Amino acid sequence: MKIYNGECISGGVAIGKIVFIKKKKPNAEHTVVLDSQSEKKRFFDALEAAKRELENLYECTKQTVNEESAEIFDIHKMMLEDDDYINSIIEEIENNHTNAEYAVCETGKKFAKIFSSMDDEYMKSRSVDVEDISQRVVSSLKGEKCACSILSEPSIVVADELTPSETVQLDKRFISAIVSAKGSALSHAAILANIMNIPALIGADIPLEESLDGKTAAVDAYNGKIYLEPDKDVLSSLQGKIEEDKKRLEQFEKYRGKETVTADNKKIMLYCNISSPDDADYVLKNDAEGIGLFRSEFLYMGRATPPNEEEQFNAYKQVAEKMKDKCVIIRTFDLGADKQAEFMEFEAEENPALGMRGIRLSLSRENLFRTQLRAICRAAVYGNLYVMYPMISSLSEIHRVKAICKSVQEELINNGEKTGEIKQGIMIETPASAIISDELAKEVDFFSIGTNDLTQYTLAADRQNQSLGETYDMFHPAIFRLIEMVCENAHKNNIWVGLCGELGGKEDAIPKLIDLGIDELSVSPKKVLPTRRIISNSQAHPQDLMK
Amino acid sequence: MTKINYTIKDQTGIHARPAGMLVKLASSFKSDIKIETDEKSADAKKIFAVMGLNAKCGQTITVSAEGEDENEAIEKIESFLSNNL
Repeated sequence: MKIYNGECISGGVAIGKIVFIKKKKPNAEHTVVLDSQSEKKRFFDALEAAKRELENLYECTKQTVNEESAEIFDIHKMMLEDDDYINSIIEEIENNHTNAEYAVCETGKKFAKIFSSMDDEYMKSRSVDVEDISQRVVSSLKGEKCACSILSEPSIVVADELTPSETVQLDKRFISAIVSAKGSALSHAAILANIMNIPALIGADIPLEESLDGKTAAVDAYNGKIYLEPDKDVLSSLQGKIEEDKKRLEQFEKYRGKETVTADNKKIMLYCNISSPDDADYVLKNDAEGIGLFRSEFLYMGRATPPNEEEQFNAYKQVAEKMKDKCVIIRTFDLGADKQAEFMEFEAEENPALGMRGIRLSLSRENLFRTQLRAICRAAVYGNLYVMYPMISSLSEIHRVKAICKSVQEELINNGEKTGEIKQGIMIETPASAIISDELAKEVDFFSIGTNDLTQYTLAADRQNQSLGETYDMFHPAIFRLIEMVCENAHKNNIWVGLCGELGGKEDAIPKLIDLGIDELSVSPKKVLPTRRIISNSQAHPQDLMK
Repeated sequence: MTKINYTIKDQTGIHARPAGMLVKLASSFKSDIKIETDEKSADAKKIFAVMGLNAKCGQTITVSAEGEDENEAIEKIESFLSNNL
């Protein structure tokens, strides 16, 4: 048995026979062809055949996966219709008297290079698309059949890198896992693996050889491991995991469409954390009741200029409309010296975690803050939006922030712009805010406890510091005492308390949190159904039930 | 010749999906249509050229059309851009 490693792109466990997909570089022999006219005709015929195949693939993918995944084949077809691409091939055939296969290959390489040399991750991945379409035309020229049905039984697909066509053409019923040496989270294969919930690893260090084909392997994507010809112990332990996973999934599906209530009938709001508007689809797919944390940083990071109001407005509106009447809580930008945003021009700080970040940064860059609030208030018309302020540590901060929000709304109304009603809440993630939460509760509409930072600051331990080991303890009693206090203070003042840190995703913590009085949990989309189940078996805080 | 400027709002910039739709739309007009950034220029009817612009969020592009249906072309393209990019 040999053990290899890879990066998990999609979790799960699978055992099966390997089907090794050879890297198909569109290599073709170069031959000299004097009759360029007939060679051109061969090319155009093959081109048409390739376009027909793509039309079929589009339809087929639309049916079996979804329209979005199918669109890539529409793009492929457009690439095959592109004049620059076609002319480059024709020139090669005519000027150099080469065979069509070679001409297509060379052009494919040339165009693939244009993409792979771009600095943008997304564009780099598109070079795979160019190779894919060129391969398709070459196969057509060679009279090769489309490699659709190579899977005949549940298999573990191992490849250097999977092109969109390869990923889609593989019969879904028979893919147990995907292991690829290259690939990125932005690759088509990764996206598909996630939608289809297939265990997948990228960056795998397994040596790619034809001899892999037909060998038995076990993939434990949760732990990033591939076992080639696994021994009995590994097999039985992983088989056990597979059974568990299956049973768990069946259990969880029972909770789809159900309300989230505790064993003693307290309703809990079960929401999701998202980092971009696209994630909203997964929120709905996983049956969440709202978005408890919409991280707005994606709008600000990795760019040279700040996002303008229109851009922000569109992003928030998009999510508001998708979620309809379900709650969407937008957190204002939580950036700091350790989170990139070039245009901010951060000064170097000795202790970024204790420095100019979150609301402090927003208040010191009031223009940026006002722009964001304007966009949020305008988008509020289109759905059920709430706003939440990060890193609050004092009452005066809240007063300042509320005054700014009020003036932004008045400004909008005076300009005749539509603005929606917006509830305002704060993150409780500093010990100070937890301790004076009784005063703060009088000023806002809700709290959301950010346990990641709260734990860090309360224990005076850097959560990124691996050497601290047990010192950084998510389950430290001090944290639970603070949570209990915050819940009490919130409820005394008739506001609700949510939680959006990693602690909310820990199965062992959930019953305790519900018992302490938490009213809302915001988790990652995949955890929604499992969390609903745990909550249904938990007891609420006795005080909460007296309402 | 009719021209407009447009600042890209979509976080991913001009990526494959809207590029494809834009090329399809541009190809439906008789006019010659060009898209320019600070650094490059592309024929709007060619997908490789449009994607090759690598136009990102926050960048301003200039779309210009020359031909008998240039006004309609610019109008429809502007509307497409506001709704998709």
